[in-house]
Amino acid sequence: MLLNAQNLTLARGGVPVVAGLSLSLEPGKALILRGPNGAGKTTLLRTIAGLQPALDGEISGAADRIAYAGHADGIKAMLSVRENLAFWAQVFGGDAIEAALDAYALHPLAERLAGTLSAGQKRRLGLSRLLVTGCPVWVLDEPTVSLDVDAVAMFASAIKAHLAGGGSALIATHIDLGLEAEVLDITPYRARPDQRAGASDEAFL
Amino acid sequence: MIALLIRDLRLAFRAGGGFGLGLAFFLIVVTLVPFSVGPQPALLGTIAPGILWLGALLACLLSLDRLLALDYEDGTLDLLLTAPLPLEAAVSVKALAHWLTTGLPLVLAAPVLGVLLNLPVPGYGWLVISLALGTPALSVIGTFGAALTVGIKRGGLLLSLLVLPLYVPTLIFGAEAARRGAGGQDVSTPLLMLAGITLATIALMPFASAAVLRMGLR
Repeated sequence: MLLNAQNLTLARGGVPVVAGLSLSLEPGKALILRGPNGAGKTTLLRTIAGLQPALDGEISGAADRIAYAGHADGIKAMLSVRENLAFWAQVFGGDAIEAALDAYALHPLAERLAGTLSAGQKRRLGLSRLLVTGCPVWVLDEPTVSLDVDAVAMFASAIKAHLAGGGSALIATHIDLGLEAEVLDITPYRARPDQRAGASDEAFL
Repeated sequence: MIALLIRDLRLAFRAGGGFGLGLAFFLIVVTLVPFSVGPQPALLGTIAPGILWLGALLACLLSLDRLLALDYEDGTLDLLLTAPLPLEAAVSVKALAHWLTTGLPLVLAAPVLGVLLNLPVPGYGWLVISLALGTPALSVIGTFGAALTVGIKRGGLLLSLLVLPLYVPTLIFGAEAARRGAGGQDVSTPLLMLAGITLATIALMPFASAAVLRMGLR
């Protein structure tokens, strides 16, 4: 199913950051978002993931099909790596825990408490969560932060396998992942400062 | 949903999970009362139901600020919001986990502490029944308060200020049931009111909690 967003206007903290943006994402394709810091990449991804409403515009084909990975990995320090993954697998109704551990070389760490992992290892655990969700659309916000070269390669191959399986991915990143993917630069969609209508309820306060 | 409940219980029992904190607080507060009031068994027996109820309520309050704040900080709440699980169900499960780790131990410990306060003999059964009926409401209302303050740094004190007034009806009818039970009077009216409040909060509060949580996470 096609993920489609039409004519989106997005605000962060009551200030419009993106206006008039449309995108569509077909199964088996990835879309890379680019733009300088503060251009609205995170806001766009959070809106598509359903974490915040758009001021204007429509999103279709997103409900309950999205696995979102933001800046925080949602890892519980006092649970082991395997317990963390098992929890998300049960919540999303997936079961590919062993495959997810394989994909990010987490087997040697599987019984360690997640709180004792390094930043890069935590991120690998956070990314492996995507594999156990079984969701067809991955929405990823700077997924390669704190990953080393090998781990970036693991991530790229996980993405390729996901796309080959008919999934799709929307990725905000600053580095080149070596994917054959369309690139969308959201800088031209920056909202004008006067586009404040409806952005905030300050007028009523 | 079961997965979330098991995870919350498991986290509560691991190091730093806070299981037993509320219980220890309850124990200490109730133990301090005879010291502050003095050795007057008759007076202690009179105020025992109220003290036990107030202590249980404050112990419940103590653990509320961890209920959603930890999940907010590590990003779990964002991910739960995008999961196929309805948020109303998720907050209900979290309230249930809070009750199992905080409210239920308080209910079970209350009769033991009643001895310390010279609680009259007929009061023990009614004390346990009133606490068992009332503490679920404390957890559910507390979850709403935790949802309201989820994005706020150091929101614990604000949470107490918001939640304590909402606890008043439960406290009034719960303590009244325990007091009447201890005095050998008819307890059906306060117990029915208490049960009604608990059932209504369990039915309605999850929707309010989920709604404010969605607002807070934007």
